Amino acid sequence: MSTVYEQRLLGVAGPDGDSGLSPGDLAARYGLAVSGKRPSLAGYTRQLWSRRHFIVAYATARLTAMYTAAKLGQIWQVMTPLLNAAVYYLIFGLLLGTKHDIPNFIAYLCTGVFVFQFTQSAVLSGTRSIADNLGLIRALHFPRACLPIAFTVIQLQQLLFSMAVLATIVLATGEPLTYRWLLVVPMLLLQSVFNSGLAMIMARIGAKTTDMAQLMPFIIRTWMYTSGVFWSVTTFTGKAPHWVAVILDNNPALIFNNLMRYALMDSVPASSLPNHVWIITCAWAAVVGLGGYMFFWKAEEEYGRG
Amino acid sequence: MAETSTNERSTAADMDGSIDPEERERLAKEEELRQIAASRRAEKVPTVIVDDVHIVYKIYGAGAGRGSATSALSRIVRRKASPALSEVHAVRGISFTAYKGEAVGLIGSNGSGKSTTLAAVAGLLPTASGAIYTDGQPSLLGVNAALMNDLTGERNVVLGCLAMGMSYAEVREKYQGIVDFSGINERGDFISLPMRTYSSGMAARLRFSIAAAKTHDVLLIDEALSTGDSAFQKRSEDRIRELRKEAGTVFLVSHNNKSIRDTCDRTIWLESGVIRADGPTEEIVSEYEKYMKNRR
Repeated sequence: MSTVYEQRLLGVAGPDGDSGLSPGDLAARYGLAVSGKRPSLAGYTRQLWSRRHFIVAYATARLTAMYTAAKLGQIWQVMTPLLNAAVYYLIFGLLLGTKHDIPNFIAYLCTGVFVFQFTQSAVLSGTRSIADNLGLIRALHFPRACLPIAFTVIQLQQLLFSMAVLATIVLATGEPLTYRWLLVVPMLLLQSVFNSGLAMIMARIGAKTTDMAQLMPFIIRTWMYTSGVFWSVTTFTGKAPHWVAVILDNNPALIFNNLMRYALMDSVPASSLPNHVWIITCAWAAVVGLGGYMFFWKAEEEYGRG
Repeated sequence: MAETSTNERSTAADMDGSIDPEERERLAKEEELRQIAASRRAEKVPTVIVDDVHIVYKIYGAGAGRGSATSALSRIVRRKASPALSEVHAVRGISFTAYKGEAVGLIGSNGSGKSTTLAAVAGLLPTASGAIYTDGQPSLLGVNAALMNDLTGERNVVLGCLAMGMSYAEVREKYQGIVDFSGINERGDFISLPMRTYSSGMAARLRFSIAAAKTHDVLLIDEALSTGDSAFQKRSEDRIRELRKEAGTVFLVSHNNKSIRDTCDRTIWLESGVIRADGPTEEIVSEYEKYMKNRR
């Protein structure tokens, strides 16, 4: 307390009524709040909403900056998904011959690859979103959830480029354009909510446990092989015990893949989807989206520490 | 009080015609600052209260055996909790109260905890113990981290402003002012070129211009005054003074004792994470200069 005494000698301390107060009481008297305190969930949501322009501008800027060093520039937005699909087609279509039991394998494969890629990149970049942006976090004030959400928006923007490529591939392989294509909109909306939630969960875990960034690629790869990207999951659900089959069938990534295939490809029958597919999808989006948001908000004041 | 003595000095200087105009201008500015401070201080409203604050940095990846896989394995086998974790106790129990209208300088040698204190007041660094109470949300002057070198100056201005929490309407309103202030377009249309093509001085000017576009209740400045050429330095000092008028309280961290003297009426001297002295700028800075000379 010696400094407060010093200040009084210097004549800079408050009126006499204030001098006997402890710092906490003084703060309360003048309505000062603890600096960097976590706001309430409603207040946090309001702050986040007021930063929506920043989230979009930041995501677009990151995406633009990503390819400025390459000579072909933004063409890579389209080239990257095309090359990805080509590699998987070479391995799983031509060399391993997975395609024999699936009609229109090229469209089936590309849809799976692009849709899963969205979730995969959102989770991976979400895991690093706090640790890689400590400079930003330590310099400016904004709800930290902006970061994992912005990284999901980046992936969504990339997916939209991929979707244009995908639409061309699907039409070129002889699928007709039907009203079912409209289902793409709600499906992508739900997947974006799901991915943001997952990115926020991973962002909090990744901020505390930096080793997560090393571990995630393996977890994601396991997830990918069980999500029916390259082959139909029925290959293993048939032989597995019942509870394994239930888990595999309700895998959100698999449901998103199959929904997208059903929306775009006429050759995929509605019977390939589980019962109540939209209810399951909405439930996944709501639980992971809201849960992830709350989980992330709980540690808001701790991001940026050491 | 130090105030009165300097006031007398400045009046004396005015009467004495031999004093050079630069000095007179400086004194006039000081006088203006004191008046702002005095009028605001009459209310004596605290805006920042720092109560016995300790700040500890936790650092991963330091310490022995960090590179060797076998030692990492043996640590895992022996279940040692956090192997390469070391701690730096940067701030060790500081307390002070800043009032509305004050400009407080923070001085001290490298690693004395100045910037850490500032970051903690801004609420960007959590405290290990103690509490910091503030009026509204203090903001650090600086947007460096939000800007991207691969983007044009133009887009960086927009991005920086949005990062500070402005709306698109505010950005549109302030855009031209920021570009003009930075002086980037004085020699051709540089604002539409990527920032990586700028010289370091130009980039620093643009960064400062963006950061200084917003007014704050409690403004924290970390060595921002020494950027650009002398003409820009003068302009930025004027801008800081303006910001000070609009802001409630200003904190300035600097190794430039001149800018501390020009801007602040109160100075806190930190050394090894504790307050060594707290008082009127002139007194504390002279003492600090003496101390630094002896250490050399």
